[in-house]
Formats: sequence, structure tokens, C-alpha cells
Amino acid sequence: MNDSRDLILGRIRERLGRSAANAPTAGAAVDAALAAHSASPRPPPDVDLVAAFRTRSEALSSTVDEVAVLADVPRAVAAYLAEHKIDPRAVCVPEIKGLDWRGAGIEVEARAAVDHDLVGITGCFRAIAETGTLMLCTAPATPATVSLLPETHIAVVAAPTILASMEEAWAAARAEFGQLPRAVNFISGPSRTGDIEQTIVLGAHGPYRVHVIVVRAA
Amino acid sequence: MEIKSMHFKSRASAKLADVGLQHNLKKAKGKFVDKRRDAIADFCAQGGDFEALREAGKDLRNRVLADLDLWLEKFEANATARGATVLWAKDGAEACRLIVDIARKHGVKKATKSKSMLSEEAGLNQALEAAGIQPVETDLGEYILQINDNEPPSHIIAPVVHKSKEEIADLFARVHKKPRKTDIPEMTREAREVLREHFLSADMGISGGNFLVAETGSVALVTNEGNGRMVTTVPKVHVVITGIEKVIPTLEDLSLMLRLLIRSATGQHISNYVSVLTGTKGAADLDGPEHMYFVLVDNGRANLLAGEFNAMLRCIRCGACMNHCPVYQTIGGHAYGWVYPGPMGSVLTPLYTGMENALELPHAATLCNQCGVVCPVKIPLPELLRTLREKQVETNLQPLGERLALKAWAWVAARPALYALGTRFAVRYLNWLAGGRASIQVLGAAPGWTAGRDFPAPQGKTFREMYAARKRK
Ligand code: SF4
Repeated sequence: MNDSRDLILGRIRERLGRSAANAPTAGAAVDAALAAHSASPRPPPDVDLVAAFRTRSEALSSTVDEVAVLADVPRAVAAYLAEHKIDPRAVCVPEIKGLDWRGAGIEVEARAAVDHDLVGITGCFRAIAETGTLMLCTAPATPATVSLLPETHIAVVAAPTILASMEEAWAAARAEFGQLPRAVNFISGPSRTGDIEQTIVLGAHGPYRVHVIVVRAA
Repeated sequence: MEIKSMHFKSRASAKLADVGLQHNLKKAKGKFVDKRRDAIADFCAQGGDFEALREAGKDLRNRVLADLDLWLEKFEANATARGATVLWAKDGAEACRLIVDIARKHGVKKATKSKSMLSEEAGLNQALEAAGIQPVETDLGEYILQINDNEPPSHIIAPVVHKSKEEIADLFARVHKKPRKTDIPEMTREAREVLREHFLSADMGISGGNFLVAETGSVALVTNEGNGRMVTTVPKVHVVITGIEKVIPTLEDLSLMLRLLIRSATGQHISNYVSVLTGTKGAADLDGPEHMYFVLVDNGRANLLAGEFNAMLRCIRCGACMNHCPVYQTIGGHAYGWVYPGPMGSVLTPLYTGMENALELPHAATLCNQCGVVCPVKIPLPELLRTLREKQVETNLQPLGERLALKAWAWVAARPALYALGTRFAVRYLNWLAGGRASIQVLGAAPGWTAGRDFPAPQGKTFREMYAARKRK
């Protein structure tokens, strides 16, 4: 805390005409607004959330695959890597290290990512149909670097975790974590830049490719 | 940043005569305008109501400003509870001092930065350099400007919109000492590789903040390149530098503001990355910063509260007002002479740097109200510009020869039929900008002028309609 705190808050209070008389009412209104979490106008939810999520993800230059159960994921990953002629080697978040990667011929290390990792595999806390967005939350088993440093990011999304909009995702985070994780990263397609002549180029500082594998079973 | 806004007219004339700049501006302007329009049309096709959204955004920002002291205290308490340190700076100089002190405390040699307009306001890079700390801009556009001898940005979202890829190719070849490339994806990869090294070796990351969330004590960052994620994930220290007006109440409010900001700024439905960052790395976390600081900067903001320019504090820095401004489209951002160009800059520069430092800026508009129509939080920019002009008259601060121009303006304004000829009005205005010479000479001296003279497709209410409504009142 520093001296300017009082100076700035004092200036604000003076401009707003804050007084002992109006502070309690205003304070109560602030608390009420925080408790209400009221949502603003937004588009109506899509009828088929999985289909909407898929279409909008693809519009953002992600690719989307679907498998029946979680155990099918390693084979789907292997197929994707083979198709793109990428070495079957990856870093994954510890959360999903238990899958049979070796059985699918992929060498996987569960840890935070480093610069030379080419493929990063993550789960996904919730996905959002309205925009085709992945919501990743950090925790010891879900480090942030795995979806950031590698050139290819593969995300495993359970179909029931696809929600209509960001508002539902916030409610889910509150219910699950109590307080927000250190970093909540909403990811919508590969990183991009349009800075040179407003020409969109994929692969700025983050991944060049985002591949989503939707697992139909819960 | 140094203030050069006093010389708007002469700078504008030079920009009009710059054929290369005119070509680059012309190429860019349609893209922004079209993409925003398409994104909003899509949103409406999805069943959304963008006008209702704008109204809600305006409302939300007004509510926050009305109790700004309380929201800031909430934010501070919640951020502190999660292990962040909240510091306050009355002006840019103090913000620089605080950040240099933080850097020294943690033994920082290099700081990577993601885009922050406030850091431009404060001149943070210069302060860091003077203290022996290397600042590295990592937004591709900002990086290009930094390696080009710290050139100032010309747009708040697209800082190098004034540059062609040929110019950037020359710059990269010179600075990176690699063979010259002109393929934009290859140029981008080259910059990625150079910047990756910096990301991994920096001890501190400095970011701006698109929003501060009071409920959780978080900062929300919106980027496409992923550099915002890099500077807040890899280094051990993360410093957020942002204005005191950026606070919003809840995560639900953040969702609303994101729907508005991103469509208005880049015409996307969502940016590639939206990161909501709260506090420091936990004991068992494998990555994330160990120290997090917020530097909340006033720099003239508090003085605008509850006054006639209060509405300007709603601004969420989307850039739509400049993208749609016929004056900005014609002369680019540099002529405005400070951090913020376009209509929002013409209001903010005199308010933040002093009226006497930016006499011509309140006149750098045709009052066509394209900006007011597109602003996601409904800031009545033309009205604020008019109020600034009135203030100049009251305080006798009009620029030289201004009395005459104002009279001419009043004469035209009193004749609505003339206003209907919007294009002609713009020409007239630009003629004034070009120094009042006969138009035929202007054309000869400034070939770029004719190239940049077309108007964007009008949307919504024109100034004329507003003027009529004002007269009826
Ligand atoms: S004034 Fe409005 S349109 Fe201009 S940058 Fe601010 S929010 Fe965007």
C-alpha cells in the first residue's frame, strides 16, 4: 500500500460526493450486485450444443474429431499425429496421464511443457458452444504451459461438459473450485496475428494447430 | 509518451501528402469496418441483440463509475486475499517508479510486455531502460515499433496499421540480420522465434488489463497471439499496469463486456485467448508467477468522474471509433500526436495532457457521429468534442484562426441541407486541415488526399438527425 492510494480514493470520493450518509446504502448495493451474478442479454442457447460447438470451433480453424469413450482417445491422437506427419511424442497434463498412450504408440510425459515440446495434450474443464471455446483451468494436475508452448495443442473434451455460454461455465467453476483457479484460459482456435497488413496468420506465439477430440460418453 | 498534439494541423497535412501511408490506410480501413459489421450480423443471426448488449454495457460501466471507490476497494481486498500486491499511482511517473522498484526488488534484468496503452501513457519502456532493465514488447505490432527505434503506435488495436509488409521486411532483415522475407507467415515465424527466446529468458512479465474483476480480484486479458498468456505464465513476476476505471463487478459482467469488446475491436466473436488471472502460483502448481502486482493508475481519470466527461471513462479501448472515423481513415493515428488517436483520442488527449497541449484535436472530427453509432458503450463522442470546443471558447484557448472556422461551421450547421452533403462537408473540413489553400493546389501538393477521401457506409443516426433532435429539445 502506498500514499497515492488515499490520494486517489479521496479524489474519487470527493468527485462522487461520497459521505457517511450515503456510503452504507451504496455499499449494500455493491454487495447485492456481487451476490446476484446477474447475466446480461445473450443469444438463446443452441439446441444441439455438441454440434454448435463443433461448427464454431471449425470456423476458428480448429479441427474436431469425435470418439465414443475416453479409452479411444490415444488411438485418435496417434491417427491425428500420423496424418500430420508429427512424431508420436507429446507432453500431457498429469490429469490424463493414466490413459494407455503406450498402447497407441505414443510416448507421453506428464509435466509442465518446455520450449522444445512439439505436441501438448490437455483435458478441458468446460467447453462453450456459443463461441466454440475451450475453458482450461490451472491446478497442479493441469499446468498452463501444455496448451501454450507446443506447436500443436490437442484437447480432450467430454461431450457433457459442453455448455451453452460462458455464464454457465462460471457457475460450474464456482461450484467446483469455490474460488477461481490461478489462471482460467479460454482458448478459441490456434494463436493468430493480423498485425502485418491485417493479414491473418495462424501460429503467432502459441500453437499453430488446435485439435479437439470430443468424447461422447460421460 | 511525449505529447506532440499541438501540431495536429501540420502533421495532418504531411500525412495527407504521404502516398505510401495513404495506400496502407486505405487497405486497412475496409477490413475493420466490414469485419465488425459481419460479426454483429452473425451475432444477430444467432439470436443475439447487439443493441440491447450496448445498452447493458453502457449501463454496467455507468454503475461502476458511480461507485468507483467501493468497487476498487472490493477489487483490492479480493486481489490481496489471493496473494497479489495492489499499488496505486497518481500519474505515469509514479507508475514507472513503482514498476522499476518491483523489478529491482526481484533482481529483474529483462521484462517481456504484452500490449498496454497505459504503459505508453506513462512512458514505461523509457523508464525501464533508464534503470538498466530491458523491456521487450511481444505483441507483434508493438515489437515491430520497438525495433524501429521506438516508433509510437498509430492505432490502439493494430499498432502498425500504417506500415506495409515491405517496410517491415526491410526492418526485420536489418534488425534480425537474416535474409529478407516478404511472405507474411514466414515473417511472423521469424518474429516468433526471436520473441520465444525473450519469453523464456525474462524474469518479469508486464501486461495491461482489459478488465479488473472485483468479485475475484482478477485481471482479464484478451489477446490473439498468445503473448498475453506467455508474459503472465513463464516469468516469476507478473505486473499488471492498468487504469483505475477498468474495474467491473462480476465474472458474468466480464462475459457481457467480452461480447461487446471483441466484436467491436477485431470483428471476431471471441479472441483466441481470454485469460482470467487471479493471484500467484500455488505451492504444488507446476507453472505460473510467484509474485503478482497490480499498479492502478489514475493519471487524470478520477478528475473526470461525475463531470461532463464522465462518459469517456466508460471506454473499453476497442478502437471502433477510429476505424469508422473519416478523419482517422484519411490521416492515420500519428497525426494525433499522443497515445490515443481517433475520436476517443481527441477527447482524452486534451483531458489527460491539458487543453493547452492539444488545441486542434477537438476539431479533428467532422462530427458525423460514425463513432457515436459504433461505440460499444455508447459514448457520445461528438457531443464530448463539442463540449471541449465550447470550453476552449470559454477559456479563450481557441487555436489561431479558429474563430473564423467556428463561424463557418456554425453557418453550415444552421443549414441542414448542407449537412446532408456529408462528403462535401468532409472535403471542406479536410481543406481546412490542408491549410486553407485552394483545393486545386491541395490536390497537386497532396495526391494522397484524393485517394483517401471516400466515406464509410453510413450507419444509424447522422449528425444531422442528432442536430435536429437537439434543436427540438
Ligand atoms: S470510445 Fe467507444 S468506440 Fe472508441 S475506443 Fe472507446 S469504447 Fe471503443
